[in-house]
Amino acid sequence: MIAPALAHARAGGRRLALALLGLTAWQAAAAAAEIQEVRTPGGVVAWLVEERSLPIVTIRFAFEGGAAQEPDGKEGVASLLAATLDQGAGHLPGAAFQKQADRLSTRISFDTDRDAFFGSFETLSANLAKSVELLKLAVSAPLLEPATLERTRSQFLARATFEAGDHNKVANAKWMAQSFPGHAYSRALLGTPESIRAVTRDDLEAYRKRVLARGNLRVAAVGDIDAAKLAQVLDDVFSALPAQPQLSPVADVSPATVVRPQVVKVDGPQSVAVFGRRGYARNDPDYMAALVLTQILGGGSSEARLVREIREKRGLAYWVYSILYTFKHASVLIGGVASPNEAVGKSLALVREQFRELAEKGPTQEEVEAAKSYLIGSYVLSLDSNAKIAEQMLRSQLQGLGRDFVAERKAQIAKVTRADVVRVARSLLATDDLSVAVAGQPTDLGP
Amino acid sequence: MPGSWKAAAAAHAALATVGLTVALATSDAEAAPQRRASEFTLANGMQVVVIPDRRAPVVTHVVWYRVGGADNIAGQSGLAHFLEHLMFKSTGKLKSGELSRVVSRLGGRDNAVTVHDATYYFQRLPKEHLRTAMVMEADRMRNLRLVDAEVATEREVVVQERRSVVDNKPLAILDELMTAALYVNHSYRIPVIGWGPEIPKLSRELALQFYRRFYAPNNAILIVAGDVSEGEVRRLAQDTFGRIPRQAGLSRPPRPAEPAQRAARRVELRDPRAGTLSMQRYYLAPSYKTAAPGEAEALDVMVTALGEGPTSRLYRLLVEEKSVAANAGASYSSVALDSGTLNVYGVAGDGVKGEALEQAIDAVLTDFIAQGPTEEELELAKSSLISGYIYGADNQASLAHRYGSNLAIGRTIADVEEWPDRLQKVTAEDVRKVAAKYLDLQASVTGVLVPAEEGKALEARR
Repeated sequence: MIAPALAHARAGGRRLALALLGLTAWQAAAAAAEIQEVRTPGGVVAWLVEERSLPIVTIRFAFEGGAAQEPDGKEGVASLLAATLDQGAGHLPGAAFQKQADRLSTRISFDTDRDAFFGSFETLSANLAKSVELLKLAVSAPLLEPATLERTRSQFLARATFEAGDHNKVANAKWMAQSFPGHAYSRALLGTPESIRAVTRDDLEAYRKRVLARGNLRVAAVGDIDAAKLAQVLDDVFSALPAQPQLSPVADVSPATVVRPQVVKVDGPQSVAVFGRRGYARNDPDYMAALVLTQILGGGSSEARLVREIREKRGLAYWVYSILYTFKHASVLIGGVASPNEAVGKSLALVREQFRELAEKGPTQEEVEAAKSYLIGSYVLSLDSNAKIAEQMLRSQLQGLGRDFVAERKAQIAKVTRADVVRVARSLLATDDLSVAVAGQPTDLGP
Repeated sequence: MPGSWKAAAAAHAALATVGLTVALATSDAEAAPQRRASEFTLANGMQVVVIPDRRAPVVTHVVWYRVGGADNIAGQSGLAHFLEHLMFKSTGKLKSGELSRVVSRLGGRDNAVTVHDATYYFQRLPKEHLRTAMVMEADRMRNLRLVDAEVATEREVVVQERRSVVDNKPLAILDELMTAALYVNHSYRIPVIGWGPEIPKLSRELALQFYRRFYAPNNAILIVAGDVSEGEVRRLAQDTFGRIPRQAGLSRPPRPAEPAQRAARRVELRDPRAGTLSMQRYYLAPSYKTAAPGEAEALDVMVTALGEGPTSRLYRLLVEEKSVAANAGASYSSVALDSGTLNVYGVAGDGVKGEALEQAIDAVLTDFIAQGPTEEELELAKSSLISGYIYGADNQASLAHRYGSNLAIGRTIADVEEWPDRLQKVTAEDVRKVAAKYLDLQASVTGVLVPAEEGKALEARR
């Protein structure tokens, strides 16, 4: 299928990688629209873009905390809660709740990553009032019925066993586990079979009461709604939540060094290798230079170094990539490659070679310009739908950025010079502290 | 391969979707069909469709060729897809990979997809660069060169692609085997990416022959969605694609005909990576192109009522009430030239055997065939399909795909835009009739994915 496959790596490989790391969205953004800040009488702060050309209202929200707040031994509780919140609430048991949502053409769903618990709400503006009622019930009065929990648990168990055969997921999970030993980030985002079995209804309730509060809530709204109406909606939906969450402290952390690839055996002709190390935090003055460098190394273009050397020149992979990602408590440069079992070591050697080459000589001026040009210009593609704008605004709030994040990002990238990238390359592309995990049956990694 | 985008909906939306909203909200008013997209044809026969979406200064530029994986002859499976990869190599003007490099530098993204009936190439980029995209796309429509070395390396990439998207994924392997069993003779049985042993035999010469035969303006459709006017697209298209001469004698080659289906088939795949036992059943059904009027719409309502989401019949009965399945549902692959496919699936619940799962699914289907949907199921299904159409208008790429995929099989803009109205007219009896007619075991293949006991993924430190 998909040809230049770089884009496939972006669409397929990266999304998988991100999903596993527990990221729900792409970084980047660009806005044509004006972002308003809405402060409700009830104390909720939201960003709003009014967009009247479609009769749709889209709201995305997040409670800071996420899977990192799960008690030990109860991994997966946040995901289980996310999967059950929209299956019955208030006076509407499971099927009735979902039928009502269908009748109103309303889409309500929840999700979690490592750092935040997310909600997504989409409705036709004509049905707003009734749809908001449903959302309020899901957030503040979920039934979490035993039958619902058992059913969802069995779906999670089925998924866990299925994903044990998925090279991408296994490699990413292994990478997180070995790179953050002892830290909440090392744990399985969707739980292990053991922890999924251990979760009780009380655990779901306890997590909900600790994490879902107004004090750690971030909201982004886009669509056929004005500020006054949005304020009313938000106070209505969230007023029953506690003012403040009870979050456990989570330590800042750097990925551990695991130079020798750790292998998880999964059947198949091809292995997936994941490699990574410490990155740059979003608020680091060199973050944008690191972003440019990561694009040059393994961004979605056939001229990216890793793509050129591994795919274009040698045909050793259909996808290979690198990205920079910032968790709330860690920053990583991470990448992946899917290669034949007999050439995993070869591909990893090429990865190291490109790290060294870029670290020693730096990129060319042309590479820097091309990467900057792509990162600045493509920004608008991440903001050309209501759903994407809402997602970007929410991410920006979670990262502590201001409403001018679109212009700010552009200005910061524009300022990056080759000298900045060369300086960053020396520290970002060190190979002596890489962490490498492999899922598959590699045959050329040595003893 | 299919499905890189979820087929979606109509656009520029304001008027039309407001009309639909009112209809949904009051659930009585008839929404008049609204025209959004417009079309014209260049002198050389290239069809052009413009879909305004003015919310952001962005365009989606797509060229569809009316040729795909099902047009490959025996022994050359995967050729259309291989050519799609090679289309990113050198032309007289563009160096290998240059098109993507230029697009990337302009802040755009590009890709291409091959399906059974079509192959399409797209760029999404800031609107001021539409002309550049058109110039390059027009160039590679006729001027592809290809050198042996780049062909050989790219063939390796496709081998790796096959491993990534098929061989490493038990469900994809099962799908390939089931499709080959469902179609006894029609070339839909051939995987678009190609069979493993045949990909290495695809050559530069074969690719170029295929290219010269099928890549021409009168076999192509240009779709432009975004912040652009019809007039501007017309001017740019005439100045770029319009300069390429029409190719004489070009038509879609005839495909092997599918004989009457006479027996239920079964495929069982044992794979240590399967995790949980699951079952799928594919039925041969008409597509929107081949169906009698109203039948495809009724099939859409049928699969939605039967198996789309947690309020659907299969999910409610098998997952919620009986706990025989961890998940269950149905889908309908409906946009295809020669035939559609229905899919009914279930993932076994804890400790549930394959036979029990299959019997439970069949009991639901038997009852549905006899009774049809309830009025409530009918209304929920329609409402869900139509709201999907409206929400789909939020995504420009989905919008462009909806028009492109339908026009590539010879359907019209009106066919696409009148769909919500036709859907509203479907009755419970229409649904029951298509269920009785097409949920026919004789025209089906049942696939079971069984987790092998041995060789489960074990963690081994090295």
